[in-house]
Amino acid sequence: MDIHVTVNGRPEVWQAAPGESALELIRRLGYTSVKRGCSQGDCGACTILVDGQAMRACLLVAAQLEGRAVTTAEGLGSLDRPHPLQRAFVDAGAVQCGFCTPGMLLASQALLVETPRPDATAVREALDGNLCRCTGYKKIVEAVLLAAERMA
Amino acid sequence: MSPKREFEVVGKPVAKLDGLALARGGKLFVADLLPRGCLVGRILTSPYAHARIASIDASAAEALPGVHAVLHHGNVPRVMRTTAGQGAPEPSPYDFTTFDRKVRFVGDRVAAVAAESEAIAEEALKRIKVEYEVLPAVLDVRHAMDKGAPVIHDEPDCKVVIPVPYEPGRNLAAHVDTRVGDTAEGYAEADVVLEHEYECQYAQHTPIEPHAALAEPLPDGRLRITTSTQVPFHVRRIVAQALGWPVSRLHVVKPRVGGGFGAKQEVLIEDVAAFLATRAGRPVYLELSRSEEFLSRTRHPMVVRLKTGARKDGSLTAVDLGVLSNTGAYGSHALTVACNCGSKVLPLYRWPRLGFQADAVYTNLPVGGAYRGYGATQAYIAMEIQMDELAQALGLDPLEFRLRNHIRKGETSPIFAALGEGGEGVEQSIDSIGLDACIRQGARAIGWKKKRGKPGAGPLKRGVGMCCLMQGSSIPKVDMGGASLKMNEDGGFNLLVGATDLGTGSDTVLAQIAAEVLGVSVEQIVVRSSDTDLTPFDVGAYASSTTYLSGQAVRKAALDVAGQIREVAAELLDARPAEIALAGGQVRTADGRALPLSRVAMRSLYEHDQRQIAAFASHITHKSPPPFSAHFAEVEVDTETGLVRVVKYVAAVDCGTAINPQLSEGQTEGAVLNGISYALCEEYLFDEKGRMRNDSLREYKIFSTRDMPELVTILVPTYEKTGPYGAKSVSEIGINGPIPAISNAIFDAVGVRLRRAPFTPERVLAALDELAGRQAR
Ligand code: FES
Ligand code: FES
Repeated sequence: MDIHVTVNGRPEVWQAAPGESALELIRRLGYTSVKRGCSQGDCGACTILVDGQAMRACLLVAAQLEGRAVTTAEGLGSLDRPHPLQRAFVDAGAVQCGFCTPGMLLASQALLVETPRPDATAVREALDGNLCRCTGYKKIVEAVLLAAERMA
Repeated sequence: MSPKREFEVVGKPVAKLDGLALARGGKLFVADLLPRGCLVGRILTSPYAHARIASIDASAAEALPGVHAVLHHGNVPRVMRTTAGQGAPEPSPYDFTTFDRKVRFVGDRVAAVAAESEAIAEEALKRIKVEYEVLPAVLDVRHAMDKGAPVIHDEPDCKVVIPVPYEPGRNLAAHVDTRVGDTAEGYAEADVVLEHEYECQYAQHTPIEPHAALAEPLPDGRLRITTSTQVPFHVRRIVAQALGWPVSRLHVVKPRVGGGFGAKQEVLIEDVAAFLATRAGRPVYLELSRSEEFLSRTRHPMVVRLKTGARKDGSLTAVDLGVLSNTGAYGSHALTVACNCGSKVLPLYRWPRLGFQADAVYTNLPVGGAYRGYGATQAYIAMEIQMDELAQALGLDPLEFRLRNHIRKGETSPIFAALGEGGEGVEQSIDSIGLDACIRQGARAIGWKKKRGKPGAGPLKRGVGMCCLMQGSSIPKVDMGGASLKMNEDGGFNLLVGATDLGTGSDTVLAQIAAEVLGVSVEQIVVRSSDTDLTPFDVGAYASSTTYLSGQAVRKAALDVAGQIREVAAELLDARPAEIALAGGQVRTADGRALPLSRVAMRSLYEHDQRQIAAFASHITHKSPPPFSAHFAEVEVDTETGLVRVVKYVAAVDCGTAINPQLSEGQTEGAVLNGISYALCEEYLFDEKGRMRNDSLREYKIFSTRDMPELVTILVPTYEKTGPYGAKSVSEIGINGPIPAISNAIFDAVGVRLRRAPFTPERVLAALDELAGRQAR
């Protein structure tokens, strides 16, 4: 089945197997920043932006992406020009193993688009569905606040 | 006095070297590195807690198009060994083989397949016909050693490979008994003697990346295993053992690891991936599902009996610590985790007489393993709640009571010599300790004096509690770390280390140490870690060893390289080598002449008396200096619902010199939040057949951002002279505090002692009801 998507700003046509989840498809096509931590919608590691909304790729069937704009961490910034969130995560020490990081970044990005200057509580609420076992979340929340400040 | 020193790179919050690549979502984890034509591996697991495999028929699975290999006990050689990734000979019993004729817990391995897709692999598993002869199971640790209990390891070839007690016929996987002096005399001298039982539960590390391994047959007949592991060199050794190959035929690579916390100090799936790939002649990728991850390795649940005696003046007279550890179906880390209950806990206070006794027993439940804290977590629950109870019984402030009794600089504990990794330990005295400062600064940060004993009027009660902790830094005389360093044309360096960065940031810490010696910035150091073909040996990331142990190997190699640089620079600058300093990316003489390091590199590589400036070094230690810590919890207990909320949590830690304070804080915060989550909500629920009922992240809840309290980390610097630039360990200690600190805070709030974790609303309410009942009587 052909699926027409705009991924990280580029139009693409994806071939999905019947019933394939968006997570499996996206990873298969090489967007491996989208992580698989549970395939059950519980960890948030597979978070992507679909038309700007943070969603769990493992809970979407690939066909649901038809006509949508998808953003993954690969599309957030580049090595030379990282997104302010990526820079802030590194500066604040919010990246330990980094496995949760792409999902955290996208959930944060969705928040900052809606609420450019959130407070800590708003950040905590926005990231509630994204699990991290390494950091204790403190530096992640700080990183999002730092990015918001720098982007203001 | 600890030497006061200023460093250029050490002690600075240098950004993690791999941070940006990770934040960009680079292809850095095993699952991102799959080659074309890679097969998918899946494992068939046991539905029964205890059964013999009467027959297994894999023909229908083998006949399925797209299936390339099916493995089971009938076609894989039986080699008894352990999955525990420890040094050789391992202290864990050899009670495991790749596939056995018996299954010993729900989730135990039965067979495995490699197929062209996950769907085909799943279908193949369904087509494997297994007949089980179901056996009675041991599901209660307290009855595991009863006369007539089912014997879990009745196979004649299970054994231990070091001389330690092992009685599988009684389900006894490990036993330890140590005493110093006559504790009965101590209790006779005491004014207060307390004895209670404490209990803690199963828990899983839940790294967000589950276990994952890729095995690829190479054109030269070797096999490369790319795996998410903490112990690449042990993986090589143990997989070679399983395959019956020399280690040189295996190449083990550790890419970035998505968290481990001990779960990946286990050679758990690499053997299966290796067998599948060699049979199929194709690359095979094997990843555990989240539910399988819960049944991989766990924290050993324990029942801890603790008896202590103290005099009215607050001095201690005796202690007896008794541990019953549930190692589950296999004895992975059974002995050493049990030993740690004593060796990392009893030295904290000056007990004149002490007894320590531990049994690790088999049950038909999930398998214990290494988990951050490694036994210390379990035993500190008992020790630090009971220290609070003792203080209460003596009418002393628990904080003053601990200040009075903790071990001091220059002192030793008989336990250090008596108890090591299964056998005797190594004598050591304490050279660096900042515990007083941890206690005082932590108390100030939580508001101890102001908040203690003021629960408030309404149904929401507040309380504060504290505890003290220590851990170790590597396993003395056992662990070895190696490093090699070479200089390149631009005055930069390649640092090759066997040490294993599993997200902790150890690559960065080790680069900082090298950079400090060489007078360069960390950007000048390219780190390659954990590749068994390229890097020197290292035991891997466990026992809080990397910074302290591998860091010292890096420092030695860097000092050697610095000496070689001075020699070449001396020729260039017409000075004596000893007069030359390395700083700011330059070599400098005292009279102010300087050249860039690249000049030295070019001369050594291309111009004169050419040679590669490089060095190898390795390091072992003769002591395991403990980091110390004091934790403080402020809780709110809802007396109507029983819900406990941690409002604020302060962890003050003495880890010597924090080579990278930001990473040290990160280690502490991660460990503390994991500990709080364990204290309040994480536990395994089983049905009556021994099957885990809550094997998903929805049902097995771990803390998320919404649950986090205000976390405060205080780094208290000391200088450990045996560590690199004064460093000790930091990664494990933080997880030991939350259960006792929170229990003690709950007592301060509502007057009930919770001795069994987790502190769920039901348990809290039950304890409150019981208290009300007692008060009514
Ligand atoms: S993989 Fe999608 S939520 Fe965990
Ligand atoms: S950094 Fe490891 S899970 Fe978040």
